[in-house]
Amino acid sequence: MHPTSQTFKANASAALHDAALQRALKNLKSGFPGKRAAAIAKLPEFDALRDAGRDLKNHVLEHLDFYLERFEAQVTAQGGQVHWARDAAEANRIVLDICRAVEARTVTKGKSMVSEEIGLNDFLAANGIEPIETDLGEYIIQLRHEHPSHIIAPAIHLNRDQVADAFHAHHGQYGFTERNENPRALMSEARQVLRQRFLNADVGITGANFCVAETGTTVIVTNEGNGDLTQILPRVHIVLASIEKIAPTLEDVSTFLRLLSRSATGQEITVYTTFSSGPRRPEDVDGPEQFHVVLLDNGRSGMLGGEFQDMLRCIRCSACLNHCPVYGAIGGHAYGWVYPGPMGSVLTPQLIGVDIAGALPNASTFCGRCEDVCPMRIPLPAMMRHWREREFERHLSPAGFRFGLRAWAFFAQRPKLYQSITRIAARVLRWLGGRNGRIKSLPLAHGWTAWRDLPTPQGQTFQQQWAARQEKRS
Amino acid sequence: MSEAREQILATIRRGLQRGPLAGERREQLEARLAQPPRNLIPARAALPPAEQVELFVTLALAAAATVERVADLAAVPAAVVAFLSREGLPTDLVLAPDPDLTALPWDGQPTLHIERRAAVDGDKTCVASAFAGIAETGTLMLLSGPHSPTTLNFLPDTHIVVLRANRIVGAYEDAWSRLRERGQGMPRTVNWITGPSRSADIEQTIQLGAHGPLRLHIVLADP
Repeated sequence: MHPTSQTFKANASAALHDAALQRALKNLKSGFPGKRAAAIAKLPEFDALRDAGRDLKNHVLEHLDFYLERFEAQVTAQGGQVHWARDAAEANRIVLDICRAVEARTVTKGKSMVSEEIGLNDFLAANGIEPIETDLGEYIIQLRHEHPSHIIAPAIHLNRDQVADAFHAHHGQYGFTERNENPRALMSEARQVLRQRFLNADVGITGANFCVAETGTTVIVTNEGNGDLTQILPRVHIVLASIEKIAPTLEDVSTFLRLLSRSATGQEITVYTTFSSGPRRPEDVDGPEQFHVVLLDNGRSGMLGGEFQDMLRCIRCSACLNHCPVYGAIGGHAYGWVYPGPMGSVLTPQLIGVDIAGALPNASTFCGRCEDVCPMRIPLPAMMRHWREREFERHLSPAGFRFGLRAWAFFAQRPKLYQSITRIAARVLRWLGGRNGRIKSLPLAHGWTAWRDLPTPQGQTFQQQWAARQEKRS
Repeated sequence: MSEAREQILATIRRGLQRGPLAGERREQLEARLAQPPRNLIPARAALPPAEQVELFVTLALAAAATVERVADLAAVPAAVVAFLSREGLPTDLVLAPDPDLTALPWDGQPTLHIERRAAVDGDKTCVASAFAGIAETGTLMLLSGPHSPTTLNFLPDTHIVVLRANRIVGAYEDAWSRLRERGQGMPRTVNWITGPSRSADIEQTIQLGAHGPLRLHIVLADP
């Protein structure tokens, strides 16, 4: 996927003025946060489970090489194959080779963010293989030639009339000639169209929410059942997983599962949780003949031992997106790449470069909600600050910003000077504000005053108040 | 050994500032995998068996499944017929080729047309047998195998699952213990199923029956 994170400010501005998007985003705010809160209220151990989940994933990351090797050995022992991919190009090539070996023409796909990350659909299509997204939301956006705007609700930026238009434009060939706006009817239409595609597919590709080292098992969670039809009907099942998806044992995956769906959709558990181990057994009467797991690195191994290691704990639940005031205002596409919201603001600069995605860690109010709701207790705001520091070190931030920061640093390092300047500034601002105590415009601060008045400083500066308070105490 | 594999593992080890794990640390991890410890388990399902069954039923219903309790396994065929008739569904059934299921008195239900096989497109109703029920979230656990083809769980419009009450456990970990006690390793597929298929991808409004079954009916047989 070609990133547009460089133009984040323009993207965000366009999103704020997009009436249809703003209408659709209301569904996000009225849905997920309330459902999550209700689910958590029913599980008194939830916060303790978050600690357990965090500790467990830290344990995995500290021993990632060991667990990956064990996972590979167990998949192989069951007749499956593990392929290692350093980057997107290698992963795409591996998938293509597997598809070509069985002369695949169509490939059904369960939801996979790794697939988005490597741009698999475009790559397969360019090589004459038709990829068919089967998750309802993914299917809708594939028809519209869009990318997901949310990790678990890929079409959350759309309204039903837009879905109706997309189906009306594409489903005539299957006999659905009437335009329908009823969500139930739309889903039934997609079910009927996609059922034939499931049955005819040569290869099924799914992601993995977890890879269990103990048993060589990949795990997916879905509500639709599309991931299951994707993997049990075709001859070949390919799993795309990034290397940090490891859970050591079935007991450990149970802990993660208790956190995942409650944080994501507010369900106690998703409808389908599917554990897949190898290809069909000799005695089985259905299931795929081949089972492949593509383990993608794409920059993740380089995060170990550094300030962004904690980000590898992410289980992609989307709670940080669902509770973020910035995401809620602009949606996912404005972020300009695969992973939106707070987790994307941390991960995207790592995966595609801070020179391209430097605006993302700045797109934060630092309200801290993302960290508050993260089931894996990832310190997202702190890591966004790390990126801002890197951006500054690498001279990537805008000149005006850098000048301002340097000017501030100059005064901050000279307390006497700082105190007298702030005293004078407070007086000047009070004078500018006049009798009504509000400043309507200010040189160099148009970005603030164009939208709201600046209240004038009240009373003394912080340092003066502090000094007075200390005196009173002694 | 592929070059990519070696390079990825080397980068991981460089980040962790160590070589491949060896000695005591490795033994500890091996021991942890051989005897998986249980992490924190929510108290909700730590109940006497009868209450676990109640909790299972309550949560399965909350997930939009329907549940019918019958006195014993022999009563299952009649209950299935009654369910199909109540719901106005056709009487063609695909039955999992499971000896425990096929041994039931289906002959006493002459209105049924039964086939014993994996599912194919167009099958309306399938009947399978659950390995376990998990009270913690009202979840069914089904194992793939020659007696229990996975397609039965996903292709039909109506999925009927026979569950014996004594197969209901409390927590997920208890279900894994039962699987390990079975002593046949991991089957190709373990399906945890909690209610019928659904999607909220259109305007975040939940609709039942996305790609999998529109209905999930659990026939819970004592003991």
